[in-house]
Amino acid sequence: MTGKRGLTFYALAAFFALYVAFLYGPMIGIYILSFQGPDGGLTFPMNGFSFVWFRKLFAGGGIVDLGAALRRSLALGAVVMLLTVVISVSAGLAFRKRFRGAGLLFYVAIASLIVPSIITSLGIGLEFRLIDDLVKLHGPGWLSEQHTTWMGLFTSGLGSHLTWTLPFGLLIMFAIFNRFNPSYEEAARDLGATPWQTLRHVVLPIILPSVIGIGLFGFTLSWDEIARSSQAIGEVNTLPLELQGLTTTVTKPDIYALGTVVSGISFAVIIASLVGIRLVQGRRR
Amino acid sequence: MALVFAFFFILPLVLVVIVSFWDYNEYEMIPAFSGRGYTDTFEGCVAQLPELCTILKTYAKTVKLCVITWALTLVIGFTVAYFLAFHVKSRVWQMALSLICTVPFLTSNVIRMIAWIPLLGRNGLVNQGLQAAGITQAPVEWLLFSEFSVVLALVHLFSFFMIVPIFNSMMRIDRALIEAAYDAGASGFQTLRHVIVPLCKPGIVIGSIFVITIVMGDFITVGVMGGQQIASAGKIIEVRLNALQFPAAAANAVILLAVTLMIIAGLQRLVDIRKEL
Repeated sequence: MTGKRGLTFYALAAFFALYVAFLYGPMIGIYILSFQGPDGGLTFPMNGFSFVWFRKLFAGGGIVDLGAALRRSLALGAVVMLLTVVISVSAGLAFRKRFRGAGLLFYVAIASLIVPSIITSLGIGLEFRLIDDLVKLHGPGWLSEQHTTWMGLFTSGLGSHLTWTLPFGLLIMFAIFNRFNPSYEEAARDLGATPWQTLRHVVLPIILPSVIGIGLFGFTLSWDEIARSSQAIGEVNTLPLELQGLTTTVTKPDIYALGTVVSGISFAVIIASLVGIRLVQGRRR
Repeated sequence: MALVFAFFFILPLVLVVIVSFWDYNEYEMIPAFSGRGYTDTFEGCVAQLPELCTILKTYAKTVKLCVITWALTLVIGFTVAYFLAFHVKSRVWQMALSLICTVPFLTSNVIRMIAWIPLLGRNGLVNQGLQAAGITQAPVEWLLFSEFSVVLALVHLFSFFMIVPIFNSMMRIDRALIEAAYDAGASGFQTLRHVIVPLCKPGIVIGSIFVITIVMGDFITVGVMGGQQIASAGKIIEVRLNALQFPAAAANAVILLAVTLMIIAGLQRLVDIRKEL
C-alpha cells in the first residue's frame, strides 16, 4: 500500500457511510416520528410536535401495561447481566487451565449460540411443562396439591436468556486471554502473592474493561431478547415480547414512542458502559 | 456453566427429540410412541409428487431467503470489514467506527424492524419519492410485508454477524504479506483475490454459520416484516405451538435442527472454529 489515499479509499469510505446510514437511518426516523402531534400517523411527514404519545404510554391503560413489562425486563436484564459476568469470568479462568471436558463444554457453548433460538425455547418450555406434570402426579402431597407451574421469569426465562448471553461472554473471555500476558501473574507470584491475591490485584484489574463489556452484552442481549423467551417465559411478557405483539395491531405512533423509550434505555446502558470502560482505562495511566 | 447448559440447553434438546415421537390430540400430548408428529408434517408429500407439498415448499422458500441474505451480508460484511481493517489507518478511528457498527446490534431487533414502516409503507417516504419523481403513479405495494422487506430487514439486522468475524480475521493478517504481494507486482485486485480472501476464509465461514443459522430458525423477522403472511421453517414451529401441538412442533424442530446441522457440518469442514479466536 502506498500510504496515499487513492480512489479505492474514497469508494470504500462512501460504501461505509451508506452502510451506516442504512443501519441508523430508519431508527432515527422512528425516534423523530414518535414526537408527533396528536394527529400523527405512522409515516412522514410529521404532524406537529408534542410529547403526547409518550404521555399516553406512561399514563397506562393504553396499549399495554408498560410499567410492569418494563420493570420485569429491567429486573431480568440485571440478573442476567450479573450471572453472565460471574459465570463467564470464572469459566474463562477455568478454560486457561486444561480440565476434563473442556473441549466438550466449549462446543456445547458454541452449539447453544447457533442452534436456532426457537428450538431452545421450545425445549425449555417442554422441560418445565413435563416437570410440572411430574410434580403434580408424583410430588409430595404438600407440594402437588397447590402446585401450578415453575415456569416463570426467573426460572425458565432466566435460563433461556443465559443460553444466549453466556456463549458471548465466554467468547469475549477467550479473546481476552488469548492476548493476555502471563508474565504479570508470574511476577506477582514471584513477589509472594497468593493465587487469590494475584487474581484480585493483578488479573481482574487488567481484564476489567472487557468484563464491563461482557456485562453490557449480558444486559442488552437480554433486554432485547424475543425468540428464546417466546415459549419459555411463562405467563408474563417482557417488554420486547409486548412490542412484537403490538406490531400487528397498532396503527398509531405510540408504538414508535415505546420504541424510542426501549432504545433510549439501551443507549443509556451502552453509554454508561463505555464511560465506565474509559474511566477504568484512564485510571491505569 | 456446565450446569446451566446441561439444564437449559442439553436437556431441553433431548426432550424436544423425545417429545417429537409422542402422540397428541387437540389439547394435550400423550406420552406414547408415535411418528404422527412427522407423518402429519409430511402429510400428502408422497401423494402430490412431483408437486412439492407445503412443508417442502416452505423449506425451499426458507433456504431461498437464507441464500439471498447470506450473499448480501457476505458482500456488505466483507466490504465494510475490508475498509475498516486496511483503509482506516489510525487505531482510534478503527475503534470508533467499529463501535458505530456494534451499537445497533445492541438495540432491539423489533424496533429496527418497525423502523422500516415509515420508509416502505404505502404512504412511506420511498413511495412518496417515487410518486413525486413521476416514476410510478400508484404506491408500490411490494415494498413492505413482502419477501423483499424480509430480506432487507434480515440484512439490516444480521450483517453485523458477518462483519465481526471477517474483521477479526483481517486484523490477524500480517501486513508484510500484503507488502510482499505488491512488491511481487500484484495489482490491488490480485492481492485481494489471492492473498486477503484466502486468509480471511475462517472469518467468512464463521460469519456464514451465524447468518445461516439465524435466518434458518428465524420466525420473528419473517413474521413482522412479512405481515404474518410468509411461511418459513421457524414460523411452522410457532404456528404448531400456538395450536398447542407440541409433538408436531418438536418434530418440526428436529427437522430444522437436522437441516441446520448439516449446513454447519459442511461449513465446519473448512475451518476449526476454536483456533480462530
